[in-house]
Amino acid sequence: MVTAQSQPQSKETEQYNVIGTRPIRHDGVDKVTGAAQYGADINLPGMLAGRVLRSPHAHARIVSIDTSKAEALEGVLAVITNADFPRASDEVIDTGEGTAQLNWVLDNVIASDKVLYKGHAVAAVAATDHHIAEDAVELIEVEYELLTPVLDVRDAMVDGSPLLHDGLHTGEMDGSKSDNASNTASHLQFTKGDLDSGFADADVVIEREFETSMAHQGYIEPHNGTAYYRADGTLDVWTSTQGAFVVRDSVAPLLQLSPSQVKVTPMEIGGGFGGKIPVYLEPLAGLLSQKTGRPVKLTMNREEVLLATGPTSGTYMRVRMGAKRDGTITAADVHLAFEAGAYPGSPVGAGAMCALAPYDIPNQRIDGYDVVVNKPKTAAYRAPGAPQSEFATESVLNELAEELGLDPLEMRLQNACEEGAQRADGFTYGIIGNVECLQAAQESPHWQSELQGPNRGRGIAQGFWFNIGFESSAYAQVNGDGSVPLVLGSTDIGGTRASIAMQLAETLGISAEDVHPHVVDTNSVGYTQVTGGSRTTFAGGWAAYECAMDIRRQMEERAAQIWECDASDVSYGDDAIIRGPADEDGNDQQFTFKALAAQLVTSGGHIVGRADVNKTSSGPAFATHIVDVEVDPDTGKVDVLRYTAVQDAGTAIHPAYVEGQMQGGVAQGVGMALNEEYYYDDSGDLKNASLLDYRMPTALDLPMIDSIIVEVPNPGHPYGVRGVGEVPIIPPAPAVRAAIANAIGVHMNELPMSPRAILDATVLGGD
Amino acid sequence: MQAVKYARAESVEEAVSLLQDGGAGARPLAGGTDVIVQARERTRDIDVFVDIKHISEVVAIEHGSDGSLTIGAATPCYEIYGDDSIAENFPILVDSTSLIGGTAIQGRASLGGNLCNSSPAADGIPSLIVLEAQVEIAGPNGRRTVAVEDFCTAPGQNVLDSGEFVVKLHFPAPAESSGARFLRFIPRNEMDIAVANAATQLRLDADGSVAWARVAVGAIAPTPLLVADAAAAIVGQPLSEDTIAAAAAASSAAARPITDMRGSIRQRVHLAGVLTERTIRQAAERAA
Repeated sequence: MVTAQSQPQSKETEQYNVIGTRPIRHDGVDKVTGAAQYGADINLPGMLAGRVLRSPHAHARIVSIDTSKAEALEGVLAVITNADFPRASDEVIDTGEGTAQLNWVLDNVIASDKVLYKGHAVAAVAATDHHIAEDAVELIEVEYELLTPVLDVRDAMVDGSPLLHDGLHTGEMDGSKSDNASNTASHLQFTKGDLDSGFADADVVIEREFETSMAHQGYIEPHNGTAYYRADGTLDVWTSTQGAFVVRDSVAPLLQLSPSQVKVTPMEIGGGFGGKIPVYLEPLAGLLSQKTGRPVKLTMNREEVLLATGPTSGTYMRVRMGAKRDGTITAADVHLAFEAGAYPGSPVGAGAMCALAPYDIPNQRIDGYDVVVNKPKTAAYRAPGAPQSEFATESVLNELAEELGLDPLEMRLQNACEEGAQRADGFTYGIIGNVECLQAAQESPHWQSELQGPNRGRGIAQGFWFNIGFESSAYAQVNGDGSVPLVLGSTDIGGTRASIAMQLAETLGISAEDVHPHVVDTNSVGYTQVTGGSRTTFAGGWAAYECAMDIRRQMEERAAQIWECDASDVSYGDDAIIRGPADEDGNDQQFTFKALAAQLVTSGGHIVGRADVNKTSSGPAFATHIVDVEVDPDTGKVDVLRYTAVQDAGTAIHPAYVEGQMQGGVAQGVGMALNEEYYYDDSGDLKNASLLDYRMPTALDLPMIDSIIVEVPNPGHPYGVRGVGEVPIIPPAPAVRAAIANAIGVHMNELPMSPRAILDATVLGGD
Repeated sequence: MQAVKYARAESVEEAVSLLQDGGAGARPLAGGTDVIVQARERTRDIDVFVDIKHISEVVAIEHGSDGSLTIGAATPCYEIYGDDSIAENFPILVDSTSLIGGTAIQGRASLGGNLCNSSPAADGIPSLIVLEAQVEIAGPNGRRTVAVEDFCTAPGQNVLDSGEFVVKLHFPAPAESSGARFLRFIPRNEMDIAVANAATQLRLDADGSVAWARVAVGAIAPTPLLVADAAAAIVGQPLSEDTIAAAAAASSAAARPITDMRGSIRQRVHLAGVLTERTIRQAAERAA
């Protein structure tokens, strides 16, 4: 079987055999035939059904919980509350794309003294079937003392606001803490240059305020967790997660087990986008299994997913930006207040670092505030924090261009960061594709076309995301037929079995189809960080490269042993030919990969390559998006007519999956732009906790999204990979905002820019 | 979901008897696209589902020789919009049935179920109202008929008594030179509940003036509304910007909506007018 080649490789990847081609993904058949096993597909002998009782209130003190009636119901085998867990310390644990205090992790999994959002777990039951489990949670009697809910980030920051956590004080970057308790968990600030002189140099200064709603990742598969506490004291966990090791390292301390006592098997995952990193059900299933000695499965329904799992932050943001008449941006002042949800840990830090990242602006100040409110604890969501902060800054930049009568794309080129530019947070760029993306957008058929028709408009925006590296492991065995099973710890969300296997294949000089990637449990592979941060193809691919280089070294040694020569005289070529010195008769000695593979068993056994990489570097990613919309002025409805996404992928290992990531990011970004919002009433009740009323775009709401892959190879990776998954969610909202303004002359300062919001801003004439 | 029983009725009489026996916890099951979800989410207390879609008259489409139409209450949407004669003579029913749910839902969902679910935002009911549909109800005391605009009494509530269910819907033959149109507004392009919806049926005279009209608006009051003032604004004269605007204003004036996650009061009041205007224009195009 050869690597499928439906489209020619790009100019940049022509040098490769496998990279830049489009093989069919290794997990494809199982996925399309329905054979793939997702978290809820686990069924074990004697398994119990679990169910969670959730708070009907957004903010209340738990006075008492009486579980006796539930325990008395026939078929109920265990009822647990927070009090049944071992006491959790305030030690800080790695939670995947961040860190958190263990006691906050526990309290979010199951409330202790207070419930902090509607849907907050209060108790859990295990019963012989799910009907009984549902009946049982209704028999649990909880007495609440209602407290005033804090639902808006600005209200939460005001002195005298009701406090979610009595012991929470505002942390500053220098390590100091505020004297008074506060809902503001932390404040950070990045500065550069002299802000006052920067604004003094400006000919035009624009200041805008923005509000954005919480938005959910909207993965289609709800959360699930199954656990079996075995008689030998080990705990098996099956779950849909972006990081099996993070689940292990969260569940183990919560149950006071050693990581070696917990084995987590990552099931196939029906979407995550950052939201399937935290634990919710796994610790509950674990404790229920400890109490009953039987396997326990918990699954959420859609309402629970929306009520009680982490969305991204709602925000209040203020941006002031100044430019000279020629378009040079002289100063920018950015204020970001992010809702963390019930416990500290919003992505405001990343949002602050990204806010002005595409531009070389001499004078900057960026303030960020992480603020707790009575809403679900936020979780990572695709480029966490950046869609919000860059919505604010890109929007003001577009208005500056409009005010100055400049082409918004030219103005971006004029101010774009290039190699050597330094951000306000101190990071200095290496080789990046910022300018190349803008240029590719400028040359695109879309930008070159003319938009016609009433109520139509075009918008553009830029986006930046860091991407990350961190730890990934791999091992691979060479079988006698030349096939290579590849063992990985990275949950495959976006085609990473294929993109990692392709890098192994490239390095060995074999086909992608001869590599058989497998995602395994935490006892069966080395430590691997989450599938997140656009890191998996980058770091997983690097591990695959080193694993393949390990195999190459061992195959050189084996050939030397067969040829009875020194290993240093054998070389494994990139063409997968292993060449040795001439034999006694002067003939060239060489093996193909398959020929040597066939001799491995008889010459000393199989070869196993292994690698564990831990990279602090990454490949920064930039994107430029262009969108055309049409606005119905009578209803406020926005239709997206045409969309082009341009992005620097470094090297596009599997271009079809890079395009898929770009298109998926745009779809989610357009959703945040137009309709997705958490709609709360004044009591903190989320009124749209269903996919009917939490309006993600459907297939009919988006045109075919054109994708243009730019390849500026990342010098910090063996194959030039940058991450691709996250940056495409950033530009859609500011691009759509600009297009709406271009269509009807109204600048929207809130997300989502829903029909209701547009009508309010136009024919219904403001508030 | 609580554990429920399922009973399949083979006749109207058997269904009535099963519903009577089941009491308050019994619920007729047509397509189930609303009630099964309500049972699963425990928003409606249901002990027994009485399946009525195996009763032939409840799933039949009958065309009268006079051009009238009878549709069994449980007839799935796809059979309605797939019926050539309905598409020809009652295209407004295609408007409604082709946008209730998605394709898969339309294989099960029915106009009778849409009516009995009695949502203020139901996408079937305004069309039934402007078509002057009559609802045939079977119950312990035999059969009775109710005008569709009198059927719903409040959100989720209607005139059905214990043991009663809707058997079929009767539609009079459409008059010559008449046309009808249903539209709804949703923020997306499919799979959504109406923020507001509207239907208009009108008949044009030979001279082009509107001889007769009915206008109904949904999602702007506790029940779908027949707006007599909107019809009165266009009847007796040719359609003009002024008469259409007056009809739109009448619908907005009749609206008494709520603000919720789907729309605000003023948005719905505004949309009632916009959709009235658009359905009048498009009904007139169909009449011409």
